[in-house]
Amino acid sequence: MNHYETVFILNPVLSESQIKETVQKFEDYLVSKGAEMIWKENWGLKKLAYPIQNKKSGFYHLFEFKVDGQVIAPFELEFRRDDSIMRYLTVKLDKHAAAWAEKRRERIKASKK
Amino acid sequence: MSIEQQAKGGKQGNIRYLTPLDIDTKQVKKYCRFKKNGIKYIDYKDADFLLYLVNEQGKILPRRLTGTSLKFQRKVAVAIKRARHLALMPYVGDMLK
Repeated sequence: MNHYETVFILNPVLSESQIKETVQKFEDYLVSKGAEMIWKENWGLKKLAYPIQNKKSGFYHLFEFKVDGQVIAPFELEFRRDDSIMRYLTVKLDKHAAAWAEKRRERIKASKK
Repeated sequence: MSIEQQAKGGKQGNIRYLTPLDIDTKQVKKYCRFKKNGIKYIDYKDADFLLYLVNEQGKILPRRLTGTSLKFQRKVAVAIKRARHLALMPYVGDMLK
């Protein structure tokens, strides 16, 4: 069970419900493959540093989860298949990265309180 | 022409300065900011920290300017390229001007 972190950008023209539904679809896909969801983040609408598909902004989402290695390839295929996703990046977290993600989560939880 | 010779006023007929000129040429010792602060992982998500390590056009600063060690320079490069992929940082741009 490796530790992964995925950030993906959604097309800004989508309605609120479509975004929720897409994010839910990916999360369900992961859970159905036996992943353990650790953390979800929604950075909301952010301006892109350069236009992607002639769009100036996008909805950023972050997933942090633990899953077997062979689930990642089909998972990324799902991303490619869905055209409302403009860009995605899956990163395997080593122990330093996982420690940092842990600290970051604590900081966010503390700031949210 | 070392400064002591100048002070003595060497006779070889070259230029002698009234006050010995001492330009301090010793360099401020550069240090790797990651090793010093004990940072273990460079996060590709906080773009505003990565902007310190990039010049105005968005290019990655070389080690000789930032003084970071080889191990962390590679991690910085990977993090910046990931941030660029996710459009958190521009590939080329005139941001800091």
